[in-house]
Amino acid sequence: MNNEPKIHPWQKVLDNPWLLLVLGVLIPILSYTAWGWVELLLTKPALLP
Amino acid sequence: MCGTTGLSVCLDAQRFIKLNAVCGIVFLLLGGVAALLLALTRWQTVHLLPVDWFYRLLTFHGINMLILWILFFEVAILTFTCTTPLNARLFSRKIAWASFGMMLTGAVMVDYIILAGQADVMMTSYLPLLAHPLFYLGIILVAVGTLIGVFNFFATLYVAKRDRAYEGSLPIVTFGALAAAIIAVVTLLHGAVVMIPTFTYAMGWTAQPDPAWYRLIWWGLGHQSQQVNVCAMVAVWYLLSHITVGARPINEAVCRTAFVLYVLFINLASAHHLLVDPGVGAAWKIWNTSYAMYLAVLASMVHGFTVPAGVELAMREKGYTRGIFGWVTALPWKNPAFSGTALSLVIFGFLGGITGVTLGTQQINIIAHNTLRIPGHFHVTVVGGTTLAFMALAYYVIPLIFQRDFICRGVARVQPWLFGFGIVLLAFGMSFAGTMGVPRRSWDIDAQGVYGPAAHLWLGVLGIGGILAFTGLLLFALLCVGTLFFGPKIEGRAMADWGTPPALAGSQPGSLANDHYATKGTIVLTLTFLACFAVYYFANWKALADVWPVR
Ligand code: HEM
Repeated sequence: MNNEPKIHPWQKVLDNPWLLLVLGVLIPILSYTAWGWVELLLTKPALLP
Repeated sequence: MCGTTGLSVCLDAQRFIKLNAVCGIVFLLLGGVAALLLALTRWQTVHLLPVDWFYRLLTFHGINMLILWILFFEVAILTFTCTTPLNARLFSRKIAWASFGMMLTGAVMVDYIILAGQADVMMTSYLPLLAHPLFYLGIILVAVGTLIGVFNFFATLYVAKRDRAYEGSLPIVTFGALAAAIIAVVTLLHGAVVMIPTFTYAMGWTAQPDPAWYRLIWWGLGHQSQQVNVCAMVAVWYLLSHITVGARPINEAVCRTAFVLYVLFINLASAHHLLVDPGVGAAWKIWNTSYAMYLAVLASMVHGFTVPAGVELAMREKGYTRGIFGWVTALPWKNPAFSGTALSLVIFGFLGGITGVTLGTQQINIIAHNTLRIPGHFHVTVVGGTTLAFMALAYYVIPLIFQRDFICRGVARVQPWLFGFGIVLLAFGMSFAGTMGVPRRSWDIDAQGVYGPAAHLWLGVLGIGGILAFTGLLLFALLCVGTLFFGPKIEGRAMADWGTPPALAGSQPGSLANDHYATKGTIVLTLTFLACFAVYYFANWKALADVWPVR
């Protein structure tokens, strides 16, 4: 019989610094940096008047 | 083992906490002297500095305050939180030396080259402005050194878990520091990506990076580093509210979830610096500065509720139950660690939070961008919030780590009030002058001949606030340095008590744990906060509508 107290899945996420590290690095790099970078790459140079 | 707290202190960690904290305070003082001179120049009637020294010291102030003071003190906090609360040893002394050595060398290089007049580019160093290569190299060294310090933090957590130095979850203060460390990784990666090609360009080895790209990546460093501060500051709130009044988070899982929201979403907020940049589109701007970012704002509101609610609960359980706010009058307002925490929370939440969310709205940003309203906002977040919280922490950490009691304790009790009041005045002066269109980073506004007496009056308020805040900052530095040399030695006895509210007769700890109405005072404060938010938000949209009235 397993007497270990059951840990809520969300608590497991909270107790996993490595998962938080990966998500914490990935989300801003995708949403802010990569997306912004792509937008800049796609910007066409302005035509001279 | 510390004779005062009974906590075990790793001696290596203790050394690096000392070194980093002392360096941080020295840079704070240097940046503070520059701050006074800047404030006395922006006070147009005084207009102290000549033009070249204004921009030189503006660069010096930004770098010393925002980067050096904060990063050194944060490394001290990370070193403390991954060892003492976990009963763990620092992972590696050599890595800690490497980190500290790189940071200090980089810091001295940057400060030297700025004062030598070779880097009048302000802390943002936007291309095509170009500084001496040592400026960029110095910043790279500081960033990489900090990253190495953060690595030591993670390695210490790993070893502590592996060796079962602690059981169960991380303590909340270490969890907050973990969130700060994760954000620091993203921040410092951006720092490396933007500074290395700029350095090679300054050396003449590569072509100039694109200025729009530079701004995008630089703000991944410049703003995200502020989110490291926010996390570290909130962790300090939890720690100090516990030490000074015995508060506990009212719900651990909710508080931790709020930290996770920071980790996942707060970094997107950097986009608000590019709200008037043409290169990035509206969808990118709106997604990053509102929808996603509001999840991080929610986190701040959670902390802004749970910290005072924890304090209220602790006070009521100690027997201070009179009315809605009876517990507030019994709080230890003369304890500088408590008053610093409370002021930091109010200044950050009421002034910093409300102005930040409003200014981060794309439409409103258009009328505020590059005006003095922006420094008005961040002096109540990173100064009135973070800096004041870190100062408050020093009132316990210095006796703990250096084993000396503070000198001039009466002065110490006044210091957070003076600094907090000065900063609020400074920020009001900046914000109202900015509302009248006064630009930031401008040596002289009279040349335009468009600013009337009201703008000049607010610039005077800025100047007076600056003098008061500088006096508060100077007192803090003198108290800390004086304590290191002349503070009475503790040696085994308990540190002198700053004052904590005693439990009244008949009170019972934990008695209100299940009472959902026990935090009524905090609920009233929260409603007041929301009302202030609504009024400020409305006033800004009204101001925006006045820019192009439709009749
Ligand atoms: C005694 C306290 C302080 C005073 C009187 C003060 C005053 C000032 C003034 C007058 C400016 C120039 C605003 C402009 O013309 O655009 C400024 C800018 C700035 N301050 Fe402070 N400040 C103080 C503390 C701090 C601290 C503790 C920090 C950071 C932790 C900080 C961060 C900054 C930054 C980042 C800038 C903008 C620099 C730039 O535009 O490049 N200040 N401050």
